[in-house]
Amino acid sequence: MKDRPLRLAGYGIGLILVLALPRLIYPVLALDILLWGLFAISVDLLLGFVGLLSFGHAMFWGFSGYTAGYLAKSAAFDYPLAGLIGACAAALLALPTGYLAIRSKGIYFAMVTLAFAQMVFYVVNEARPITGGENGLQGVPRTLLGSAIHDAMAFYYAALPLVLFGYWLAYRIVHSPFGHVLVAIRDNEARAQALGYPTGRYKLLAFVLSAFLAGLAGGLYALGHGFAALELVHWSTSGTAVVMTILGGIGTLWGSILGAAVFLLLRDWLSTFTDAWGVVTGAIFAVIVLSFRQGIWGTLLARVQSPKSKVQSHASGGALESRAAPAEPAPARES
Amino acid sequence: MDPVTLLPQIFNGLVQGTFYALLSLGLAIIFGVLRVVNFAHGAFFMLGAFGAYILFQNAGLPFWPALILAPLGVALLGMLLERVVIRRLYQFDPLYNFLLTFGITLILQDAVRLRYGMQGQPYAPPRELAGATNLGLFFYPNYRLFAMLLAIGVCVAVWYVIERTRLGMIVRAATEKPDLTRALGVDIDRWVTPVFGFGVALAALGGVLAAPMQSVYPLMGAELIITVFAVVVIGGLGSIVGAIVAGLLVGVVFGIGLAIVPPLANTLVFVLMAVVLLVRPAGLFGSAEAA
Repeated sequence: MKDRPLRLAGYGIGLILVLALPRLIYPVLALDILLWGLFAISVDLLLGFVGLLSFGHAMFWGFSGYTAGYLAKSAAFDYPLAGLIGACAAALLALPTGYLAIRSKGIYFAMVTLAFAQMVFYVVNEARPITGGENGLQGVPRTLLGSAIHDAMAFYYAALPLVLFGYWLAYRIVHSPFGHVLVAIRDNEARAQALGYPTGRYKLLAFVLSAFLAGLAGGLYALGHGFAALELVHWSTSGTAVVMTILGGIGTLWGSILGAAVFLLLRDWLSTFTDAWGVVTGAIFAVIVLSFRQGIWGTLLARVQSPKSKVQSHASGGALESRAAPAEPAPARES
Repeated sequence: MDPVTLLPQIFNGLVQGTFYALLSLGLAIIFGVLRVVNFAHGAFFMLGAFGAYILFQNAGLPFWPALILAPLGVALLGMLLERVVIRRLYQFDPLYNFLLTFGITLILQDAVRLRYGMQGQPYAPPRELAGATNLGLFFYPNYRLFAMLLAIGVCVAVWYVIERTRLGMIVRAATEKPDLTRALGVDIDRWVTPVFGFGVALAALGGVLAAPMQSVYPLMGAELIITVFAVVVIGGLGSIVGAIVAGLLVGVVFGIGLAIVPPLANTLVFVLMAVVLLVRPAGLFGSAEAA
């Protein structure tokens, strides 16, 4: 690999940027960017590398948020333990929902995951003794070795190792033989099956791992903000994660962090002018879907790589694009 | 449980089920011809209800003209959106249009919220349908009976048109084999925009019918549409009969759940969906190839 130095330099710059971020913008927003970035990466892991659009990832983000919040509040768990147990709880939730959801694909998969997330929303809403219902869990403490971390800046650096662990895990998954099989399933499931891969099991494992990452982010998010509210498991939260992923570039992994950053900074900036945030989010959705499907990272990569051959299959920025049918209103069913 | 107290709940569930049926029917028709799963269907339902509310507040028009005018207006908006934006994505994966219509949903909801607030607005049922009727074992509000019968009537009429008429034949042919249909000289593209408009009109009609039963608020369609997606999965995407039967079935399950275990009623629908996915992944009336 002759671009190895370039790559290392890229990671170095990324690391410096992540370390400096809370000095550049305020720490709460900085942590939000890291965590939403990890959340968007978990969506991208499925969308970009398995070709499955989960429209219900808020159930993992939120389920972990409530689990971590409950453990920290009621059992005085330290934040790393609470966060990791929350992530494991999300992975556990992904087993039955994933087992059922992967029986469908394409648009069906999106609808099924959305429906399961709504079910989790109703359950969380009804389980008032544990979740606080509409009031949510208030006053969640963030502690390490029993002592509280009050400062937002301190918690940013306290949470950073766990977040970086999440990023590293996502990178490892994608660049492992397992990750390559996922891409093969995305591109041609029948062929992967014919080669002897149990594709169902691969997809389920990818779903569970993705839920773990979403849970890790969601747990730290609840701990960082000191509360868990119903918004964590709301369908619009799933949609936000998806828009960040596409904004960054489908199948680019790091692009998701960029997408989250652009989205959150835009919201932070616009909230001083308008409260029509739904209109703005919807417009972002429409614009990127209509005319910016490669996303930010995908567009940058295409610029950089355009003279070279496009060997990197999953960096093409359009896992969905590759399955495009010819221009016609109703593509024929395969029979 | 006493059947006399259970029966009204089943009826309530049936009423709710007719709304599910109207919405999933519209989704099925649109998906059949356009290959678009229209997330904005819930928003169009909400706009139908607000249409009736606005017609009354600003023009003094009562329920009956609103029942025609509001769906028409919302259908026009839907057709405009189809022409201007949705059409551009037919050549790509259907997921893109799902996401686009999700964005449209957020815009429409928020626009209505900015103008009318989050709080529910009341909308009175028509005077002609005040009171209740004795159904033998219990009394039931006239308006709910009317809404249920009208919605079922519309569903049956749509089913008849699609299964038994020449127009329906074209729609079915376009659904099954678009290229072959085109080769036989049928201009499918002519039907795309009207079909979308018709599906949207069904959702808006549901909204107008729902307005007198609940308050009119911006998010009234959002939660409904997710349940309707579960209905679609249960019935089988693209199946007309599946949409209607699954809608009514889910409504009744919801009604019974509300009578026996109220906190779990909302969850039951999704449990039903899980069971169907386990047993028949393509849905009760779906063909395996559509899944």
